[in-house]
Amino acid sequence: MNAIGENAMGVLPYAVAGWLFLMGCYGLATSRNLIHAVGCLAVCQASTYVLLLAIGYRRGGTAPVFSDVTPGSRPVVDPVVQALVLTDIVIGATVTALLLSLVIQIAKRHRTVDPDELSELRG
Amino acid sequence: MSVARLLPLIVAVPMFGAALLVGAGRRLPRHAAEVLGCVFSGGAAALALGALAATSGAAPRPAEWVGGWRPRHGAGVGIVLVGDPVGLGLAALVSVLVLASLAYAWRYFDEPPPRHAGSYPGLVLLFQAGMCGFALTGDLFNAFVFFELMGVVAYALTGYRVEEARPVQGALIFALVNSLGGYAALLGIGLLYARTGELGLAQIGARLDAHPGGPDPLLVAAFTLVAAGLLVKAAAVPFHFWLADAHAVAPTPVCMLLSGVMVELGLYGTARVYWTVFAGPGGIPGAAVHRALLVLGVLTALLGAVMCWLQRHLKRLLAYSTVAHTGVFLVGLATLGPRGTGGVVLYVLGHAGVKAALFACTGVLLDRYGSVDEHQLHGRARELPWVGGLFAVGGLALAGLPPFGTALGKAVVEEAAGGWATALCVAVSAATGGAVLRAAARVFLGLGARHPADAPAPGEEGGEETTGKDEEPETRGGLLSRIPDTMQVVPAVLLAGALAVGLLPGLRAAAGRAAAAFTDHRGYTASVLHGVPAPPAAGEPPDWSAAGILWGLLATALAVALALAAVRRPVPREAARWTVPLRRLHSGHAGDYVAWFLAGVTVLAALVL
Repeated sequence: MNAIGENAMGVLPYAVAGWLFLMGCYGLATSRNLIHAVGCLAVCQASTYVLLLAIGYRRGGTAPVFSDVTPGSRPVVDPVVQALVLTDIVIGATVTALLLSLVIQIAKRHRTVDPDELSELRG
Repeated sequence: MSVARLLPLIVAVPMFGAALLVGAGRRLPRHAAEVLGCVFSGGAAALALGALAATSGAAPRPAEWVGGWRPRHGAGVGIVLVGDPVGLGLAALVSVLVLASLAYAWRYFDEPPPRHAGSYPGLVLLFQAGMCGFALTGDLFNAFVFFELMGVVAYALTGYRVEEARPVQGALIFALVNSLGGYAALLGIGLLYARTGELGLAQIGARLDAHPGGPDPLLVAAFTLVAAGLLVKAAAVPFHFWLADAHAVAPTPVCMLLSGVMVELGLYGTARVYWTVFAGPGGIPGAAVHRALLVLGVLTALLGAVMCWLQRHLKRLLAYSTVAHTGVFLVGLATLGPRGTGGVVLYVLGHAGVKAALFACTGVLLDRYGSVDEHQLHGRARELPWVGGLFAVGGLALAGLPPFGTALGKAVVEEAAGGWATALCVAVSAATGGAVLRAAARVFLGLGARHPADAPAPGEEGGEETTGKDEEPETRGGLLSRIPDTMQVVPAVLLAGALAVGLLPGLRAAAGRAAAAFTDHRGYTASVLHGVPAPPAAGEPPDWSAAGILWGLLATALAVALALAAVRRPVPREAARWTVPLRRLHSGHAGDYVAWFLAGVTVLAALVL
C-alpha cells in the first residue's frame, strides 16, 4: 500500500499539471465568453505552478525557512522553484489584469464578450 | 569599467527612464516627456553600440553575474547577462529602432489625456528594456521573465487606443496566444530544471553534455515546449495567426517595433536555446532540429507570401510579409551552421530597417487620409511624391534589390541552404516585394482600374477579408494637412540604414564573427562559466557573390512584373475561390488560434522525435 501510494504520489502531480494545461487550452479553444477565456488562461498557468512545485518537492521536506530550522538538520523542499512560482504568480496577475481590462473595453466597444461575434479582423 | 559592467545598464537605463516617466509624467509637459524618452532610449543605444564595438574582436564573451552571485564549481543560482555579439547586436538594433520609433511619434500622436504625457514613451521604454534584457540574458528563467515583460508591454501598446473597437480585439488575441506560448515555454523550462537542477543556459548545456546519448522523451518534450513558446513570438506557422491581427491595429510606431525586431527576437530565442542548451552530445540531434525548423520555415514562408499578396489592408499586407520573411529566417537558421546564421543576422538587420520604413510610410497615409486600404486610397496620394518614393524603394528593398542588406542576407542564406532555397527565397521576395510595389503603384501613382466601388466590397457584411477603410488617424486634431518632417525623415534614415548593411564590409565581417560565436556550443559554456577565451572564429565572412546579386535582381524584376501585371488587370469584384479557405483560416477568433497552437506543438514534437 505504502509503495503504491508513493509511486502514485510521484506521478500524480505531473499528471495534474498536464491535465490542467490541456483543460485550460480546451476551455480557451471552445470559450463563448471572454471572461471565461481569461479564466482558462489562468488555469493553463496554474499548471506551471503545479509542475514547478512538484519538481521541487522532497519527501519529508519542510518549508525552506531557516529561522527555526538549523540548516542541514532536516530536508527542505527546493527554494528555487518557490522563487520561480512567486515570479510566475506576479506575471500571471499582470497578464490577467491587463486581459480583463481589455475585455471591459471590448464589452464597451463591441457590446459583446462572445468571441464568435467579434468579426472585425479577418483574412 | 569593463564591458561586462555595462550589460546591466543596457537593461536598467530604459527601465529607469520608464519608471521616471510614469512617476513624473503627471507633472511633465508633453514635449519634456518625449525628450526624456528619446534621451533614455538613445542612452541605451549608445551603451549597446559601445559595448558591441569594444567586444567585436575580443574573446571571451563578457559575462556579468548580477549581484556577484558567481557559480561555484560550475553550479549556482546566480543570474548572468552575456554580451555575446549577436545578443549585443540585437540589443543595439532594438535601441536604435526604439529611438527611431519615438522620433517618428514626435508630437505626432493624438494628444494624450491630461496628466498622462509620460505613459506612451514610458511604455515604449519598458518595451525596450524587456527586449534588451531578453537579448542579453544567459539564464533561461530570466529569458522567460523578459519574454513576458516585453509581451505584456506589447499587448498594452497594441491596445493603446482603448476607445476603439479593433485595437482592443487585436490586443486581446495577441495577449491570449502569446501568454499561452509563454506558459508552454515555462513548462519546458521546468522540465529542464527537473532534469539538470540548473536554470542558466550554459549550466544546463554543460549538465546535459555530461550524459551523452540519444534524447529521451523528457528532453524532447522540454525542447518542444520551449521552442513552441518562442516560435509563437516569432510567428512561425501555425503559431502566426496573432501577428496580422495585432499589426493591423497597433499604432504605427509600435508596428515598427513589433515587425522590425520583436518577432525576430522570438527566432533569436529559439536559436539561442538550441545552440547553448541542446546542441551538445547530450542534447537533441541536429538532424531532428534541422528537419523541424526547415519544415516550419518553408510553410511559414509560403503561407506568409500568399497571404501578403492577397491583402488590401496595407498594415496587414506588411504584417504577412513579416511572416513570410520569418520563414526565410527559419530556413537560414535551420542550416545549423555559422554561414546560414550569418546570413540571417544580416537579413534581420536589413529587414528591420526596410520594414520599419514601410510601416512609417503607411502611418503617413493613415494620418493624412484616415485609411490604409489599397483600393480606397487609389491615386489619392499622388500629392506625396516623397513618401511614395520611399514606399517604392522599401518595396524594392523587400524584393531583394542589391545592394540593400536584405539582398545580401538573402543571398548568403540561399548559398548556405542550397538550390531549392534559392527558389523559395526568390518566390517569397517577389511576392512580398511585388505586393508592396502593387500598393505603391495604385496608391501613389493611381495606376490601374479602380475597385468596383458601387457594389459592397467583399470585406463588408460577413466577408472573409479585412479592409483598411475608415481607420481612425492617430494624430491629434484628426487628419494631417501637412506631413511633419520627422515622419518623412525617419523612414528615409531607416532605408539608408538598410542600404548601409549591404554596403559596409566591416559589418559583414562582424556578422560572420558574431554568427561563428553564436553557433559555438562549447565556446559559450567555457566562456560564461569559466571565463575561457573562445578560439577565434574560422571561415570567411559572408559576402556578395555574383549568383546572389543575379538572383536578387531577378527577384526584383519579378516583383515589378507581378506588381504591373496585377495593376493592369481589372480588380475582381469577388476574391478568387481558391483564396477563400486560406482567408477563413485566419478567422480573428482566439479559440481557433489556440487550437492551432496545440496542433503546432504536436507537429513540432513529431518533427523533433
